[in-house]
Amino acid sequence: MPAKGIDHDLALRLEAIRREHGESIGVDKVGEVVAALLETVTGDISAGDLRLYHELESLASYIQSAKSEIAQLRPDEIRSDFIPSATDELDAIVGSTETATNNILDAAERLEALSPMLDPEVAERMTEIITTIYESCNFQDLTGQRITKVVKVLKVIEERVDTLVKVFGAQVEEGPKAAKEVLSDEDLLNGPQLPTSATDQAEIDRLMASFD
Amino acid sequence: MAVDKNINVLIVDDYKTMLRIVRNLLKQLGFNNVDEATDGSMALQMLRVGNYGLIISDWNMEPMTGLQLLREVRSDAKLKDTPFIMVTAESKSENVVAAKEAGVSNYIVKPFNAETLKTKMSSVLGDF
Repeated sequence: MPAKGIDHDLALRLEAIRREHGESIGVDKVGEVVAALLETVTGDISAGDLRLYHELESLASYIQSAKSEIAQLRPDEIRSDFIPSATDELDAIVGSTETATNNILDAAERLEALSPMLDPEVAERMTEIITTIYESCNFQDLTGQRITKVVKVLKVIEERVDTLVKVFGAQVEEGPKAAKEVLSDEDLLNGPQLPTSATDQAEIDRLMASFD
Repeated sequence: MAVDKNINVLIVDDYKTMLRIVRNLLKQLGFNNVDEATDGSMALQMLRVGNYGLIISDWNMEPMTGLQLLREVRSDAKLKDTPFIMVTAESKSENVVAAKEAGVSNYIVKPFNAETLKTKMSSVLGDF
């Protein structure tokens, strides 16, 4: 049944497209459908029809350019490299703060064990200081919990990017990869390495020696 | 009446460093009989076979949270009267209300200091 206000011929053509593609079509099909629609236009068309065709054409062109811009953002890279890398860095922060906290606690406990050997007044003062150290180590638990929240947010972003890649299809996934031939000074600023991929001092010594 | 510092205290937290901090602070307050559990279900097993005079528990743990542990404790005939202090980073008023409704004895927000721990323990055990 043609919708009110739509030319009868146009409505029939739309019906034919609906039969071929169903009620909903993928974004990548929009351009194809618009082209098919325009190709089938014959005979007299009204000003209203023409306006609709132009609207559809500009919509298809807008979607095409959005796809291309999203492809430039390399969402597949965000999903496969950036987010896992950020998550690993955050896990490393939790690990290193935990190790540091345990080292501080070890040292504080060793100091506390010395208390009985000290003058009572000094021992009391030292206990107060050690208590402050224990209290301050609370930070590790809170840091860990905050980082866990950030990791959860990253997982949500990862899922959204995944959905985006699926909606826009292979074109986005195979977007142009930025070529990096020469490393700039900025490229060399990578910060601390993750324990799993870090180069240890012995390897650095070997590398340095290899230049001699 | 003087507080018996020989009571068994069970501390529950999934962060090992936090267990260590609380244990050390308790030791400084004179409480040396301290056991540790890393989540609610482990704590519940220990509580059912042991004899504890105080539970100090974190909230956010898996698989059993501190709030679930509190509810289990309050519904257990043997354990229901055991003082229970929640020590947690969960500081929203709805958290405090939920814990209170579940029967928490007192509530400490992380990060906390030794004085706060002592004050809250005194409020449930008596002055020491």
